Amino acid sequence: MSEYRIQGATGEWEVVIGLEVHAQIKTNAKLFSGAATEFGAEPNTQVSLIDAAMPGMLPVPNEECIRQAVRTGMAINAQINKYSRFDRKNYFYADLPQGYQISQLYHPIVGPGAIEVILDDKDPEGSTKTIGVERIHVEQDAGKLMHDQHPTMSYVDLNRCGVALMEIVSDPDMRSPAEAGAYVRKLRSILRYVGSCDGNMEEGSMRADVNVSVRKPGEPFGTRTETKNVNSVRFVMQTIEHEANRQVDVIESGGAIVQETRLFDPNTGTTRSMRSKEDAHDYRYFPDPDLLPVELDDGFLESCRNSLPELPDAKRHRYETNLGLSAYNAGVLTAEVETARWFEHLLNHTAAKQGKKESEVAKQAANWLISELFGALNKVGTDLAASPVSPEGAAGLLALIGNGTISGSIAKQVLEMMIETGDSAADIVEREGLKQESDTGAIEAKIAEVLAANEDKVAEYRGGKDKLFGFFVGQTMKAMQGKANPQVVNELLKKLLG
Amino acid sequence: MADLTELGVAAIRDGVANGDFSAVEVAEAFNANVAAAGELNAFIVATPDAALDAAKATDAKRAKGEALGKMGGVPIGMKDLFATRGVQTSAASHILEGFTPEYESTVSQKLWDAGAGMLGKLNLDQFAMGSSNETSHFGNVVNPWKRNDGSDAALAPGGSSGGSSAAVAARLCPAATGTDTGGSIRQPAAFTGITGIKPTYGRCSRWGIVAFASSLDQAGPMARDVRDCTIMLEAMAGFDAKDSTSLELPVPDWEAGLSADMKGKRVGIPREYRMDGMDADVAKSWDDGIAWLKDAGAEIVEINLPHTKYALPAYYIIAPAEASSNLARYDGVRYGLRDLPEGAGLQDMYAATRAAGFGAEVKRRILIGTYVLSAGFYDAYYTQAQKVRTLISHDFKNAFNECDVILAPTCPSAAFALGEKTNDPLSMYLNDVFAVPASLAGLPAMSVPAGLNREGLPLGLQLIGKAFDEQGVLNAGLALEQAAGFSGKLEKWW
Amino acid sequence: MSVDTETVAKIAALARIKLGEDELAGMVPELNAILGWVEQLGEVDVTGIEPMTAVIENTLRLRADAINADPLTGGDRRDDILANAPVAEHGFFGVPKVIE
Ligand SMILES: [Mg+2]
Ligand SMILES: [Zn+2]
Repeated sequence: MSEYRIQGATGEWEVVIGLEVHAQIKTNAKLFSGAATEFGAEPNTQVSLIDAAMPGMLPVPNEECIRQAVRTGMAINAQINKYSRFDRKNYFYADLPQGYQISQLYHPIVGPGAIEVILDDKDPEGSTKTIGVERIHVEQDAGKLMHDQHPTMSYVDLNRCGVALMEIVSDPDMRSPAEAGAYVRKLRSILRYVGSCDGNMEEGSMRADVNVSVRKPGEPFGTRTETKNVNSVRFVMQTIEHEANRQVDVIESGGAIVQETRLFDPNTGTTRSMRSKEDAHDYRYFPDPDLLPVELDDGFLESCRNSLPELPDAKRHRYETNLGLSAYNAGVLTAEVETARWFEHLLNHTAAKQGKKESEVAKQAANWLISELFGALNKVGTDLAASPVSPEGAAGLLALIGNGTISGSIAKQVLEMMIETGDSAADIVEREGLKQESDTGAIEAKIAEVLAANEDKVAEYRGGKDKLFGFFVGQTMKAMQGKANPQVVNELLKKLLG
Repeated sequence: MADLTELGVAAIRDGVANGDFSAVEVAEAFNANVAAAGELNAFIVATPDAALDAAKATDAKRAKGEALGKMGGVPIGMKDLFATRGVQTSAASHILEGFTPEYESTVSQKLWDAGAGMLGKLNLDQFAMGSSNETSHFGNVVNPWKRNDGSDAALAPGGSSGGSSAAVAARLCPAATGTDTGGSIRQPAAFTGITGIKPTYGRCSRWGIVAFASSLDQAGPMARDVRDCTIMLEAMAGFDAKDSTSLELPVPDWEAGLSADMKGKRVGIPREYRMDGMDADVAKSWDDGIAWLKDAGAEIVEINLPHTKYALPAYYIIAPAEASSNLARYDGVRYGLRDLPEGAGLQDMYAATRAAGFGAEVKRRILIGTYVLSAGFYDAYYTQAQKVRTLISHDFKNAFNECDVILAPTCPSAAFALGEKTNDPLSMYLNDVFAVPASLAGLPAMSVPAGLNREGLPLGLQLIGKAFDEQGVLNAGLALEQAAGFSGKLEKWW
Repeated sequence: MSVDTETVAKIAALARIKLGEDELAGMVPELNAILGWVEQLGEVDVTGIEPMTAVIENTLRLRADAINADPLTGGDRRDDILANAPVAEHGFFGVPKVIE
């Protein structure tokens, strides 16, 4: 992949990107209270006295939040800090009832780690890049303000207030919108594998603060801006694109970049300065005196580690080496945990139905899943999660192909009917009479007819024109209405022509 | 019948249980005293009906032969820092004036569950910031004690639990809750001739108590004598899952363990507490205390607490820092005062609300706290103070290798006159010089009346114990109390 | 370290406390007296000393991930949450309009 550069009037510019991703930790209750975290509830119904910062209220941490943060750290091979602390970040805003956010500045729970991204999906064997993760800390989410419900007032809903977040802070290692996009996708994939975050960016359970600066290649870092709460991979890439170009324009027309907070507008694809958050930042961080240090013992860490699933990189590697899948197929099947889960289900049933080892049917299953099922689902506008065909049902279809009951081309029709009706492959094949003929006698009879009708071509073939073999196969299949076992046809033709 | 308001917690509990008098009779007697003591300004809100309802419930239980609880039939005063469901909880501030919580603090709930009833919400220094009860938005409390020089000067009841101390001393309630962040139970107890104990940090849940400085705040009882404090502390203390600093320990039967026998106990006398220019009466009462404990069988040992001098300055960094953050929630959005000037935006509303809602001392401490946490100053002030705090804690640990309990004065002087120190914050702060070290180290500490000074005002002696050793503190307190023979009798003038 | 009027004004703004000119002028010497006094802490040798984190030896307890296990720490109590609000409409708190 060629290097991403912005062409300015004064030459080429390099973009430097760091991301702070806020990922909502998948829990039932909030970080410091027992209120629910479910999305879309009526305003202020999922708010405890603690979340509303009533006088005298105190935080007690939710163990699941700590556990998931540790597991996430382990999944990116990060340093896990057995000693961490919660600090208060003090500022005044209507979505922050306490007047401070409980976060972790001085002693985060997770230290340095790394995420490896593939820069081009289409070329999985092409270049990869390791993006450093500086830290992951646990903190409270803020509430929500509605500005369009009343002419002179904003309305405050505290339902999100106190929901647990992991803030995953990358190093400034990315150099193009594509790299940033790949990083967010890979991070989301890991979080979903681990089960620590559902990665649902539309509902706000994952969002990125995008730090962008530009510099002439080889020069020191420029001043960065931070665009807050960008909530899709595409928007992250647009933010970088727009912000980098804007910064180049500002600098080249003699201006200077101010370190500031900006807001992305999805309607225009541009960013603008966020004045409301721009008054003198002085967060006066200090350790929260309501909370003792978080101290994790070996047993806890051990159980976190033991509960980790096989992660995408390891899985991809295993698919390639143990199952013999192509790098591309392995990449596609492991990108999302749901796909991998589906595939492994399919593999399991297919091997069982065919009485073979998984490694013996893996290629067939992978190819079929990627080239047949994805396409067929796409055609009817659905995806794997909503597939009317279950892995078990699909294994039934693959078994029919495997044992020669139907041919690959008939299988395509059967799959379409399975998606349409939800019936099993065997029922459809039976009902529609699609069973393929493997009886040598019936096929031999048809071949005899074909050869008799094409005596000239038989002579040419026997005279050395090998290419005509395909012609005879085609004619035989046609005569069999597509239902002959191609392998049997091949063998018999060879014998009879030979 | 004898005046029931002359009785303390144990006497009321036992009298009600024995049927000598009813809980309702007790509640009515104290309700009458509360109603007649407006001049003292000890209560912000009186709740006579709540006291009567609780008393009726106790009497009904007794009629059915049910157990009455540790505080069965005892009406008490509740410092207005504890959230009480359906009753204004103001922290003596304008910003929380009218705030009526929909929840009950853990400690007050435990007291009601133990059979106590509420006479009302007691006045205090605003947000518990003060040592004279003069920072209350609802006016100062007057100490029921007078000097014997005929001057009739109105005296401070101490603070921040000044409503509590005055009310107990004036027989408006047999006992009251207090909270102690840097001496706020012990100093007012000493100023009014009553007894008060701050238990080990974490003994009493902080849930539902308006926070001042989280790492220091501890609730405790204030009552007429050691036994009464013991009974009430048993009812207040105990693990609470809602407070993550709560101690996960059983509450001992301290009352059963009470003993004034000090044989085999070593009492530490800290050299550093004997300061230059110490008040002669205070010094004498300390010497009396040493003699009394010796008589009770204790061995007296001199100890060193070398960082004592730095406790107060460390406290005046740590407490305001925590307070500046704890009080950020009073912003006019969800409860309490809102001051919205014409055309004001959100941030203007905050600034106007907080300007109108906080008193001068609260503002002063918020500003100090904000400053010491601000960029560039955090390490020099806050981190340094927390390191000094570690050293102070180490001092106590070392000292407790040589002694079982420490004896010192509670305050450098007896009660001062109202208005005497209000213009000089620093001289006011210095009042807590002996109280603050135990607060910084989270140790149990109690003030017991030791006698009167030459002006006829009570002086308190302080006992500081090892962490979790409330029993040792209470027992030494009992020994002092028995030797001192302090009656606490007052001339009623209000 | 001593503070001037400008610094105190800045701190007051950070703390969201509007100070009148007289109040501000009065506050400067008071804060300076207190700050001057606490600065004696600088004399203490704290080499190798950790700042205090837990007053009494104790470890942080974590709670189970359960919804509304205790009504005092759970949700589903909107009326209680809004009961003392200066402005509450349609289930929301109302504040002067914020422009982001
Ligand atoms: Mg950030
Ligand atoms: Zn964050």
